[in-house]
Amino acid sequence: MTTAASGALPRPAPASRRDFHFPRFERRQLANGVEVIVAPVRKLPLVTAALLIDAGAVCDPVGREGTAQLVAKLMLEGTSAFGGAELTERFEQLGATIDAQADWDAAAITMTVLAEHLPAAFELLAQVLRTPAFRPREVERIKAERVAELLQLRAEPRGLADELFSRFLYTPASRYARPEGGDEASVDVIEREHLLAFYETRYLPGATTVVLAGDIDPDRATDLARRTLGDWAGGTPERIVSDDRPGRDGRAVHIIEKADAPQSELRIGHVGLPRNHPDFFPVNVMNAILGGLFNSRINLNLREVHGYTYGAFSGFSWRRQAGPFAVSTAVKSDITGAAAQEILTEIDRIRTTAVAPEELSLATSYLDGVFPIRFETTSSIAAALSVLVFYQLPDDYYDRYRERIRAITAEQILAAAQHHLHPDALQMVVVGDAAAVRPSLETLGFGRANIYDATGRPVA
Amino acid sequence: MPNGLFVTLSEDHTAPIVAVNLWYHVGSANEPAGRTGFAHLFEHMLFQGSADVGSNEHFELVQRAGGTLNGSTWLERTNYFETVPSNQLELALWLEANRMGYLLPAMTQQKLDTQRDVVMNERRWSMDNQPYGSWMEKLPALCFPDEHPFHHSLMGSMEDLTAASLDDVKQFFATYYTPDNAVLSIAGDFDPAEARRLVERHFGPIPRGRGKPPLPDMSLAPTFGQWRREVVPDEIMLPRLFLAFRSPAFGTPEYYPASVCGAVLGLRNGSRLRRELVRERQVAADASAFTYDLAKGADLLVTDVTVRPGIAAEQLEQEVAYEIDRVVRDGIEPAEVERAIAVIQTSFVSAMQEAGERADRLSMFATYFGDPGLVNDEVDRYRAVTTDQVNEFVQERLGENNRASLLYVPRDDAPGELAGAGAAAEAE
Repeated sequence: MTTAASGALPRPAPASRRDFHFPRFERRQLANGVEVIVAPVRKLPLVTAALLIDAGAVCDPVGREGTAQLVAKLMLEGTSAFGGAELTERFEQLGATIDAQADWDAAAITMTVLAEHLPAAFELLAQVLRTPAFRPREVERIKAERVAELLQLRAEPRGLADELFSRFLYTPASRYARPEGGDEASVDVIEREHLLAFYETRYLPGATTVVLAGDIDPDRATDLARRTLGDWAGGTPERIVSDDRPGRDGRAVHIIEKADAPQSELRIGHVGLPRNHPDFFPVNVMNAILGGLFNSRINLNLREVHGYTYGAFSGFSWRRQAGPFAVSTAVKSDITGAAAQEILTEIDRIRTTAVAPEELSLATSYLDGVFPIRFETTSSIAAALSVLVFYQLPDDYYDRYRERIRAITAEQILAAAQHHLHPDALQMVVVGDAAAVRPSLETLGFGRANIYDATGRPVA
Repeated sequence: MPNGLFVTLSEDHTAPIVAVNLWYHVGSANEPAGRTGFAHLFEHMLFQGSADVGSNEHFELVQRAGGTLNGSTWLERTNYFETVPSNQLELALWLEANRMGYLLPAMTQQKLDTQRDVVMNERRWSMDNQPYGSWMEKLPALCFPDEHPFHHSLMGSMEDLTAASLDDVKQFFATYYTPDNAVLSIAGDFDPAEARRLVERHFGPIPRGRGKPPLPDMSLAPTFGQWRREVVPDEIMLPRLFLAFRSPAFGTPEYYPASVCGAVLGLRNGSRLRRELVRERQVAADASAFTYDLAKGADLLVTDVTVRPGIAAEQLEQEVAYEIDRVVRDGIEPAEVERAIAVIQTSFVSAMQEAGERADRLSMFATYFGDPGLVNDEVDRYRAVTTDQVNEFVQERLGENNRASLLYVPRDDAPGELAGAGAAAEAE
């Protein structure tokens, strides 16, 4: 306890901690291979239902990148029985909020609805999964919306920096080198028949998991799944593995020209490691200290010591194969080089000396303590269960999570930093005023800057 | 409490979590002339420590306790909140009480200078270097009269931020950060008798304030009285239109039909604008609608539509106006109202799962209306809205005499004619 300087009371010590466990859940399997996971959580009369399909962007055919996302979006744009407008109307008359998307590893159709409407809403959801229509008009519209998104990206520094960072990180042969939703060239050549073929080969019972979390019991949930999906026929597609090799040896700096930009969007990083890597826990805690927490080294340095930025963070993007590790921030143009130098210094520092005990305990006690707060909602519980499915983690993963975090040592963090941070392989991407930022960036040991326009084309 | 602090407790023991949420009844509306952005800059200063809390220690202590935290500034209020494991309730209360009672000893010129830089970078990040980012200050400026407290920028001008001094910090703190200008809500896993004891222990000794200057009369005519227009050339690829309507203040009986109307127009995929402009006529890439939820004077209902590539800015404005005119002419159907209310209800119940959300709504209703229990009426008030009421709102408020359009056009192809119209509107 500290003594109060103000005459206010001294800082209180915590009371004893109440136990918490991740919601109990049950796994069931339908005869056709559909897996059902149910987590009964009876707090409010609400259920989140998620259909997860092994049909993420890594499954996109070469040259037709973007197929997985178009298919996922089109699932909500009409079934054989209902056109898109009517389908939406039926869901929303039940108050169901529903979204469909595909990330790198899976497609997910996620719905939250009051428990009383679950049976009717789930029946519609099953229809969506089994009988999407891919009507030509909707296909053209959803493609055009992706093209609009890509166009918007050119003027949006944050998204542009993220997108081009991935492109410069990976070998061109990697699916990860191209945008998750595809680019203009790949989206342009995707036709209805390609979407249908993708659906028919990837959206199969053996590739599908139904997650239900909320005010429902496992037997009723399984009955509902069996009644609506039990006679859905089909097999199991093969699992697709993306190439995750880096695109180049050594450091490089890439500037995307945005003339007169008041700020530079900065990304510094390299290819990370896969989600199922045995070092996941030490790497996660290491990252919390480096740039994951508000009080991380990078944020305190750039924001609170230097006032260079509104915020600076580092993170590993976890995927089945190695996703990017990136430090991300936006800094005032005239100090771009100085800010980048501070980031490089922090990456070196965490690889050279062990973290202090109070830094380690801050990270581990945060990750341990915040655990119950992460699972307050049916949708966050469903998302957590989806992670088990995507990455084939053991059922006791969440039960053991907190003890594994608490067990991490400073030596493990040093080792994780030395093995998984690669200063010699760093790629730096800056969306900003090239004339203003180039000189200082070229003093950082990354060689001559490569300059590009907003589409990623090199500029002389 | 005797010192004027309004305290609300809401128990729920499903998880060992508790949310602590403080609303101070001060926002950008209270800023004096020449100090735009100060309420928000001040919010940053509240994370810089207090008498017994070091700089950066506030975040550190809450995160070390396993909690999440933040603060936010709005036109009418500033809030500070943390969700912590329930055994850390007292720490959260101690931290909030320490900065409410004993902030000033920790304030230094250096901290102010650093946070000023941070806020200026926040401005660059969220507005100046972000496509369409200026809408956040241009729309209120277009919709509220010059002298009205909602007119000026919440983020503040670089010039005013530069002028802010340590004296301003002291003044603002003494005037607004007092228990009688605050609401404290605690939601989640706690023992009520114990929570009361802790609140009294930590907040009880903090003296009441000396009162705050009253806001000017904020009431406004029900409509703009004209169609206000501003055209903004920006570094963007696609034109985007914010079309705003003056609407009834948050929490009034008339607010609920207005809010339902907003949902009919632009909440989720089945809404009118998404169905007609995005799905059917395919002139928009995206469309939505929202309200500011302002409790004083008048609120704003805003539709937000971005065009599909290949559609000109002028056509965008015509298409949106056509859709709104059609609503005025033909009215809204009962099924549209039912859909909107059903979706609002699910979203509300969803939000109430989180202790932090519950505490925040309790604080909101207590701050604006002195009655946190109003949160329990929300669903019923929405469900009681009839199609007739929504159509009455449409008739009164969606007409041409109550529109304000903020039209973003790509800088390179801003037509001279449109830019000219914008300049004229600004000169009014």
